[in-house]
Amino acid sequence: MVESTYIWDLLEEVSDPEVPVLSVVDLGVVREVSIQDEQVYITITPTYSGCPAMKTMEDDIRKKLAEHQVKKVIIETVLSPAWTTDWLSENGRYKLKEYGIAPPENEVDKSVLFSEPTRVPCPKCDSTNTRMISQFGSTACKAHYQCNSCKEPYDYFKCLK
Amino acid sequence: MQETLFQYLLRLGDDSLILGQRLSEWCGHGPILEEDIALTNISLDLIGQATSILKYASEIENKGRDEDKLAFMRFENEYLNTLLVEQPNGHFGDTILRQFFFDAFRKPLYERLTQSKDKQLSAIAEKSLKETRYHLKHSSEWVIRLGDGTEESHDKIQKSVENLMRYTSELFYEDKVDLDLQQKGLVCSLKDVKQEWDKTVRAVFHEATLKFPDNNWSFDGGRQGRHSEHMGYILADMQYMQRAYPNMKW
Ligand SMILES: [Zn+2]
Repeated sequence: MVESTYIWDLLEEVSDPEVPVLSVVDLGVVREVSIQDEQVYITITPTYSGCPAMKTMEDDIRKKLAEHQVKKVIIETVLSPAWTTDWLSENGRYKLKEYGIAPPENEVDKSVLFSEPTRVPCPKCDSTNTRMISQFGSTACKAHYQCNSCKEPYDYFKCLK
Repeated sequence: MQETLFQYLLRLGDDSLILGQRLSEWCGHGPILEEDIALTNISLDLIGQATSILKYASEIENKGRDEDKLAFMRFENEYLNTLLVEQPNGHFGDTILRQFFFDAFRKPLYERLTQSKDKQLSAIAEKSLKETRYHLKHSSEWVIRLGDGTEESHDKIQKSVENLMRYTSELFYEDKVDLDLQQKGLVCSLKDVKQEWDKTVRAVFHEATLKFPDNNWSFDGGRQGRHSEHMGYILADMQYMQRAYPNMKW
């Protein structure tokens, strides 16, 4: 008999294909795991509507579970409640910074035109003297910043609420 | 099948799909790297939204056509997107203004659809709204930058206004499909959405020193499947693989 805590542990080993330091659990994409009569049900939610990594994450979850003889798996994608960066785990935030990506600041500034972009400390030198290059970065979930102190260009995992 | 809901979802989904397809044409052609990436990110969001919407449409229709079949195997007159979204990309200013008109419509629409009694529709709206806010901020700021920029950028985007304004009234087109669903509390009235659209456009045009065109000539037909001459070319490009190699996967 498989326990859901065992499934959660295995999911910790499945990484986000675009930000490989994060697991699908750190990212907050896995919402629920339940087991009924040997059948494993996993609920996931996309970060952004068009996130091309979702399909890969689903396939990777199946593969990981199959490697551990868990083969009766149903994965359901739900849209509500919509994913928010608040679901990124503490551990996930720490891992992002270590990897060189600034974790989301707890503010969304998007209503006011030409508002000061969110202050995002540099993940390399912690300077707050940084600037936003573009609201849209290498993937849907990131914006592009540069540090004025150490000149490091870096990704910012932008806040979504 | 709930025929009106199916029609409504096609209208919503096809707007996202065709504009997403249009924006993807900028991939590798953006005026600067950051904008190349921004436009294709927005394209990806829109195609993602289209996937969710058409998937739901396919469940409502219940005839075994999944979201990919709906996207790639319909004929031109079965697409119910507005004429605005199929207009050519033109120069960067044309694309940005088309996007601004669309985002200023989509944001208040999604805000209201989050209140829909239809759970799936409200979930799609809740998800898409968060993305649309970023899109609207991006397109508004560019309209202001170009309008209130150099003489040349101002003249160019003012011409874009003259050209594209006539496609905007169709965004608020309502018929028995809308009225039926409004009565059931599933969708919102587009009259309120229009009011908010007017307010947004006026505010941004003011900052951008842009003028509304003198005439209020307008086109429609997209919601009935009557498209401009540009639509066939989009579909030829978009559907080529599925038409040439039906059911191919990659
Ligand atoms: Zn630095």
